[in-house]
Amino acid sequence: MADLRSNFVGIKSPNPFWLASAPPTDKEYNVVRAFKAGWGGVVWKTLGEDPHVVNVNGPRYGAIHSGDRRLLGLNNIELITDRPLQTNLDEIKRVKRDWPDRAMVVSLMVPCEEPNWAAILKRVEETDCDGVELNFGCPHGMSERGMGSAVGQVPEYIEMVARWCKANTRMPVIVKLTPNITDVRKPARAARQGGADAVSLINTINSIMSINLDNFAPEPTIDGKGTHGGYCGPAVKPIALSMVSEIARDAETKGMPISGIGGITNWRDALEFILLGSGTVQVCTAAMTYGFKIVQEMTSGLEQWMDERGYSRLDELVGKAVPNVTDWQYLNLNYIAKAHIDQDKCIQCGRCYAACEDTSHQAISNQPKNGKRHFEVIDAECVACNLCIEVCPVETCITMVQMTEGTDPRTGRKIDPNYANWTTHPNNPAAKIAAE
Amino acid sequence: MAHPDIAGRRLPKAAYAENFADLHPPLSPHEALVESDRCYFCYEAPCQQACPTSIDIPLFIRQIGAGNPNGAAETIFEQNILGGMCARVCPTETLCEEACVRETAEGKPVKIGLLQRYATDALMRAGRQPFQRAPATGKKVAVVGAGPAGLACAHRLSLHGHDVTIFEARKKSGGLNEYGIAAYKSVDDFAQAEVDFVLAIGGIKIENGKVLGKAITLERLRQDYDAVFLGMGLQGVNALNTRHEDTDGVEDAVDYIAELRQAKDLGKLKVGRHVLVIGGGMTAIDIAVQSKLLGAEDVTILYRRGAEQMKASDFEQELAQTKGVKIKHWVMPKKVLTKDGKAIGLECEYTAEKKGRLEGTGETFKLKADMIFKAIGQTFVPKPMQDAIVLDGGRIKIDASRRTSLPDVWAGGDCAAGGQDLTVAAVDDGRRAAESIHTFLSA
Repeated sequence: MADLRSNFVGIKSPNPFWLASAPPTDKEYNVVRAFKAGWGGVVWKTLGEDPHVVNVNGPRYGAIHSGDRRLLGLNNIELITDRPLQTNLDEIKRVKRDWPDRAMVVSLMVPCEEPNWAAILKRVEETDCDGVELNFGCPHGMSERGMGSAVGQVPEYIEMVARWCKANTRMPVIVKLTPNITDVRKPARAARQGGADAVSLINTINSIMSINLDNFAPEPTIDGKGTHGGYCGPAVKPIALSMVSEIARDAETKGMPISGIGGITNWRDALEFILLGSGTVQVCTAAMTYGFKIVQEMTSGLEQWMDERGYSRLDELVGKAVPNVTDWQYLNLNYIAKAHIDQDKCIQCGRCYAACEDTSHQAISNQPKNGKRHFEVIDAECVACNLCIEVCPVETCITMVQMTEGTDPRTGRKIDPNYANWTTHPNNPAAKIAAE
Repeated sequence: MAHPDIAGRRLPKAAYAENFADLHPPLSPHEALVESDRCYFCYEAPCQQACPTSIDIPLFIRQIGAGNPNGAAETIFEQNILGGMCARVCPTETLCEEACVRETAEGKPVKIGLLQRYATDALMRAGRQPFQRAPATGKKVAVVGAGPAGLACAHRLSLHGHDVTIFEARKKSGGLNEYGIAAYKSVDDFAQAEVDFVLAIGGIKIENGKVLGKAITLERLRQDYDAVFLGMGLQGVNALNTRHEDTDGVEDAVDYIAELRQAKDLGKLKVGRHVLVIGGGMTAIDIAVQSKLLGAEDVTILYRRGAEQMKASDFEQELAQTKGVKIKHWVMPKKVLTKDGKAIGLECEYTAEKKGRLEGTGETFKLKADMIFKAIGQTFVPKPMQDAIVLDGGRIKIDASRRTSLPDVWAGGDCAAGGQDLTVAAVDDGRRAAESIHTFLSA
C-alpha cells in the first residue's frame, strides 16, 4: 500500500492534503472536524494584530455556476480572522496538543515592520505549531491597508519580511504568493533570497463575479455596492498549475519546496500539483462546497493510483512532470497528428463540425452516410488543434493519432522522424544555423 | 353471462380530480435549468430535424438556460403557434426526443417536451402576444375548421396582414385539442386558453356552429373570399363490420372522449365494469386509460396485430399498461354477444400473419363486456365538397405547399392526404398553407 506520509520542510503530516488558510480553518471547532475527517494538516486562518479586523455583515461570497449549479468558481471578500489573537492562539495550542500527528501551520499578516513580525512570531511559537505561512496574497481589503497582496506584489518587501521572520523564529517559514502579478518567478525568487523555506501558491485572483442586472452593482453586493474579491475554485486550477510550474522550472527557485494551491477538487487535481513540484497541496473551495468528507476520496484516489502504478512514496512523484514543461520554442514541429473520430462512440451531435467549420480549420466533413448523420475528419485539412476533442461530449470518442510515417496530406511533406523546433526553423528570422 | 353494468360515480369524488390530473406535471424553474444544461446545442440538431414544425430546439433550450424563457417561447411560437399544446400532446418519444443525441449516448433524451411547455407556459402566463400584424392587405381568407391546422393557418395569415374568418362546426374552437385528446394531457381548460392566445393577434373572427355543406358551402366561400383553407378534420368513423355492432353498449371512442372532455362532472359519465377497446392507435389508448380512470374494473385493448405494429407509441402502450389496462395482441372481433338487446360480451378470433396477410386462425374465445369501444380510425367525409375537389386515398389531395386541386383552396391537418394525424403535423400544414396563400395573395 502506498505511503502518503509527507515531510514538508520538516512539517510532518499523515497525508499531503492540507486545508488552506481560509474560513474552513477559522477556529478549533472546524479544524477538529477536519482532522476527524482525515485531513493531513491545516494552515490556520490568517492571524493579525489586535484589535482584530471586522468583516462585512452582508454577503462575502460570489460564485459562477454551471447550468445545474455546479460551483465552478468562488470569490470572497472576507478578511483575516475577526477574532482576538489570544483566542486563536489558545485554540491552536489545544488542537496541536490533541492532534500531534497533523500539520499545524499558522498563517500570519501584520504591518510591514520588523517589531510587529517579531512580536507575533514569538506568541505563535508558544502554541507549538509546526510552521508559519506569511500571507502576502490576499487581494482584497487588507491590501488597501498595505498588507496581503500589497506586499506580495513587491518582491523587495517579500524578501525583507521573509528575512525578518527567519531571523525571529526557529519555525519553518512558508511564503504564500499572490497570482495578481505579471511574473510569479520574481516574488518566488525574493522569498528564496529572504531565506524562506518554501512558497505556497496561488492565493486568490482579483475578481468581480458578476453584475446584478437589477441594481447594476457587482456581486457580492453590500447595500448596493460591491468590491473586487479573491477568486478561487476549479476555474483557477490551470492558472495555479502554470504558476507552480514556472517556479519549479526557474533556475533560481528550482528545488524550493512548494505547497500547491488552486482549485484542487479531487485526487487527480492534487496529483497534478504534486507532479509539478508540490510537496503538499492545500484545499479550500472544494471543502467549502462539499464539506470535509472529500478528503476520503482524495486519499483513496491517490493511494489507488500509486498502488496501480507501483509508486510507494510521494517523493517519487514530486516534480515528476516538471522536465516535460518546456517553452513553446522547444516543441517538436516535426510531430504530426490527426484527429480521429470513433464512429461507434459518436452520437452525431455535430459539435465538432460546428466548432471546426466555424472557428477552426474546416477539417471535419458533414456528409450523411447510409441515411445517417456522419462526421469525419479530413486529414488534408486537420492541423490537430484538439478543439474537436475538447468540445466533444463523449469521452475518448475523438482522439489524436500521431502519424509516424508517410506524408502529411495537409502539407504534402514526408513525416520526419527527427526532432526539430522553432529555434532552427527556416521561417524563424532568428534561427540559429547549426554549425557545419 | 351477467347483465351489463354501466354506471357513473364508481369512484369517490376526490378520485376523479386525482385520476385526471396533469400526466406530466410542469417543470419547476430549477428543474428547467438543470434539464436545459443537458442539451448539447447540436449542429443542425437531429431533434429539430425530427420536429414536423422544425422548431429551433437547441436555441430555445439555450434561451431557457440563460434565463430567457420568454425569448425561448418566441423561438417556439415562430415555428409553431400551438407550441403549448404540442408540448403536452406530441409523441415526443417518436419525434424530437427519439432523435436527441442524449438518447443515443445514454438512453435518456433531454426532456424537450417539458422544456417547451416551461417556455410556452411562461410567455402565455405573462399574457403577451409576441407577434405583431403586418399592415392590412385588404385580403380576406376563409378557414374551415378551428382545429390545430385552421388556427395555425389563421394566425400566420393574420400576421401577414390578411383578415381571416374561421368557420367552425362545433360550439367551441380548438378541434381535437378541445374534443379529442386525453383529458390528463390538457388540464385546466388549456385548449381554450390557447385559442384565446392565438386570437389575441387580432384580425381573426371565428363563427362557431357553421357546418360546411349546411350553413356554408365551398362554392360560396370561394366566391366571397380571396382564398380558402380547409382544415375540418375527419367526421366519419370506421365500422367494425361485425354482427350486432349497433347494440346498446357498443360505442364510438371518439364520441365518448368528446363527451368526457366536455363533462363538468366526470362522475356523471357512465362507464362499464368490464370494458373492451378495439383498435391499436392513440384513440384506443386514450379511451382505454380514461375508462380505467373513470373506475372501470377491467379494461382490455384488443388489437389484431402485434405490439410493434400498434400506431400508439411504446410510451403510450406502457402508459396504458401501468394504468392497469391489458393489451391483447393478434385477436379480432367476430361477434358482439347480446342479451335483451344489450352487449354482454364479444366473441373474438385469434389472428396470424400468413404471407403478409392477416387471417383469422379459426380459433375463437369469448370475453365478458358491458361496454365495447370502437377505436379503429376515423374517415374523411367528402360529401360537402360536392366532388369539386380531387381526393387521394379518401382524403383531400394536396401538394407540398398544401394547395388542393383548386387554385384558390388549400387544405391541411387530418382531412388532407399524406398526413401523420398529429397535432404538430396539422400545425405545420396550416403554417405552410398560410405562407403559400400569402404568396398567392401578394402576387
